[in-house]
Amino acid sequence: MKDELSVFGLEGKVAVVTGAGAGIGEACARIFAQAGAAVMVSDINLEACERIAADLNEQGFQARAMRLDVTSEADWAELKTVLQAWKNRWDVLLNNAGIYIGGMLENNTSAQVSKINQINIESVFLGTRAAAESMKLGSTFGHGGSIINLSSIAGLIGVPGHSIYGATKGAVRSLTKHSAVEFAKFGYGVRVNSLHPGLIETAMGDQALQDFVDIGVVANVDEAAALLKSAMIPMGRLGNVKDIANAALYLASDASSYVTGIELTVDGGFCAA
Amino acid sequence: MSLETKVALVTGAGVGIGEATCRGLAAAGALVVVSDIDQVAGNRVADDLNKGGYQAVFMRLDVCDEAQWREVVADIVARFGSLHILINNAGIANICGVEDETLAGWRKTNTINSDAVFLGTREAIRVMKESGGSIVNVSSIEGIVGDPMLPAYNASKGAVRAFTKSVALYCADKGYPIRVNSMHPGYVATPLVSGALSRLSDSDAEAFTQRVLASIPMGRMAEATEIAKGIVFLASDDASYMTGSELIMDGGYTAR
Repeated sequence: MKDELSVFGLEGKVAVVTGAGAGIGEACARIFAQAGAAVMVSDINLEACERIAADLNEQGFQARAMRLDVTSEADWAELKTVLQAWKNRWDVLLNNAGIYIGGMLENNTSAQVSKINQINIESVFLGTRAAAESMKLGSTFGHGGSIINLSSIAGLIGVPGHSIYGATKGAVRSLTKHSAVEFAKFGYGVRVNSLHPGLIETAMGDQALQDFVDIGVVANVDEAAALLKSAMIPMGRLGNVKDIANAALYLASDASSYVTGIELTVDGGFCAA
Repeated sequence: MSLETKVALVTGAGVGIGEATCRGLAAAGALVVVSDIDQVAGNRVADDLNKGGYQAVFMRLDVCDEAQWREVVADIVARFGSLHILINNAGIANICGVEDETLAGWRKTNTINSDAVFLGTREAIRVMKESGGSIVNVSSIEGIVGDPMLPAYNASKGAVRAFTKSVALYCADKGYPIRVNSMHPGYVATPLVSGALSRLSDSDAEAFTQRVLASIPMGRMAEATEIAKGIVFLASDDASYMTGSELIMDGGYTAR
């Protein structure tokens, strides 16, 4: 019966994490490696990837670093070549890379919208396409797989200062469902799900808090955090990267074998209210 | 993923998702209280777990009986010190159109599927508010979307979904270290589904099955063990920042 637990792991699998140089991406790369996966630690910041991969290797886990600009089709093609040479496998893709641009909607510019759409949405399209081509039964690697797209609770609800960011996360939510249903209907053996963190203690979380100050909702960042904890997050704390990484591991592993097209909200109860 | 030192209570644990959940929780190291109204089925699961070297005990529980809830939880605390995990799983389903549903049938479904979740959750909170815990209420995709032939079941599972959010917020507001989440399986190959189908004529059962399968992008029903794994995840500290959330496991049914 111990076998029933092994499905929560990633033994023998190859996982790619984008935006893995910091924050949630780094935590996911580490937990995936600890769960037994060979992890491609990818980010536009190669130095960060190399540091994290080296650290994981030193601890006896399997990891490799790669510079990946998620908006570059050529980089995604290169990733497939590298994976083929490395393990000749690809089982898990965590589309995590993304940016935050806040501000009042009236002050947002078309240039900002184009930029955030490219990095937060188009990248997920490119990554999902590359992964599906590689993972689907009967293809290059052909083992099936699991794709996890980082959305946000801002892809589910409205938040002041979050219009253009939230719109990208709503798009990720929707792209997830369409690709999940398509891949399932056509027997790809590839599951696709979206993960919706609440406010997490990361550099991006700090940016969001600062934005509440900039648009005049609160006087300072401390007040923003205090208000969130006391009035908006039922559990009374911001999330941490491990909270999210453990949920990502569940979606990545075979423990979620019948789960596709869902939204997994990990927000301390924020959206339940 | 470890539930060592945790005490878990599963209702409707004699068959199907409940049984599979007991096995999953036990494999993760929990001491499992297998409860069911059916003594034979429940004892079989507990005995089987004990033979496999796991810690399990059977306690008979009619989930609709307020007094029995009190006795069972008191008994668990007396024997094992505390209760950390409650899986409100017991449930029934009846396939029929709303025009053919009787008030007695409506009440039976809602009593077992919804009232019982209230009784169990209330009893568990009384214990867990000190020691901490995780409550998983087994709702259904039928608590999120409708089915023309499941009026009472739809209503009861929708109630579980909303009740879960209410209790999650209540516990958080009170500062109780208790997480409460709902689990929404799609169609699963279990006695609940086969039992409901067996009460239909062969042609109606076939039509219902074909309609369901055509609605599942993955093209198959789930195995009970697949659902159990999601429940074990929610029960564990891996779901540390999840409360008032819904975990759907439906092969893509509600994503359509």
